[in-house]
Amino acid sequence: MLSIVVPIALAMMGVAMALNLWRILVGPSAPDRIIGLDTLYTNTIALLVLIGILYGDSSYFESALLIALMGFFGTSALCKYILRGDIIE
Amino acid sequence: MPTVLEALVSFFLLAGAGFALIGSIGLVRLPDFYTRLHSPTKATTLGVGGTLVASILYFSSPGHVSLHELLVTVFLFLTAPVSANMLAKAALQRRVRSLDVPGRPEVLDEGRQRGR
Repeated sequence: MLSIVVPIALAMMGVAMALNLWRILVGPSAPDRIIGLDTLYTNTIALLVLIGILYGDSSYFESALLIALMGFFGTSALCKYILRGDIIE
Repeated sequence: MPTVLEALVSFFLLAGAGFALIGSIGLVRLPDFYTRLHSPTKATTLGVGGTLVASILYFSSPGHVSLHELLVTVFLFLTAPVSANMLAKAALQRRVRSLDVPGRPEVLDEGRQRGR
């Protein structure tokens, strides 16, 4: 059953990430693009977890954890930049 | 893998991926930035949490529950509201257009205009 479900879930995540890319390209304002990028980070975590289940290897969660951390830092840095003009004052 | 466990993992995988897809569809289709802020912070976080629960179930064996993925889930649940708050603050400061009257960023200039 898992050999059918995991490719279906991977396809759904692929479509979700393509929609996020659309929002990054088309968003009429800068916060729109930042939120598209943040959602892309979160969907990448799910994608890495799915690939870990597909290959049976549990060491993909390290990169998922890294992407979660760096994604949050990236979003915070971008928001701080467009709020204040400077990241570290 | 026993069938019941496999069915449970499949259910969580499909539910998680479905929620993430619905969150991303909402990000594309909703008409306004402030409404668009809701769907990734709630639906996508829940979807990724469901996928991580599926992986906890998949990678656990009798006597060893792998809690590594719980770390990612807890981190995501803690940081998604913080990101949404900062994004909303940034959008308010940049006067991003809102379609809803009470949410208009012009209320920031309330000292100037009376009777609105």
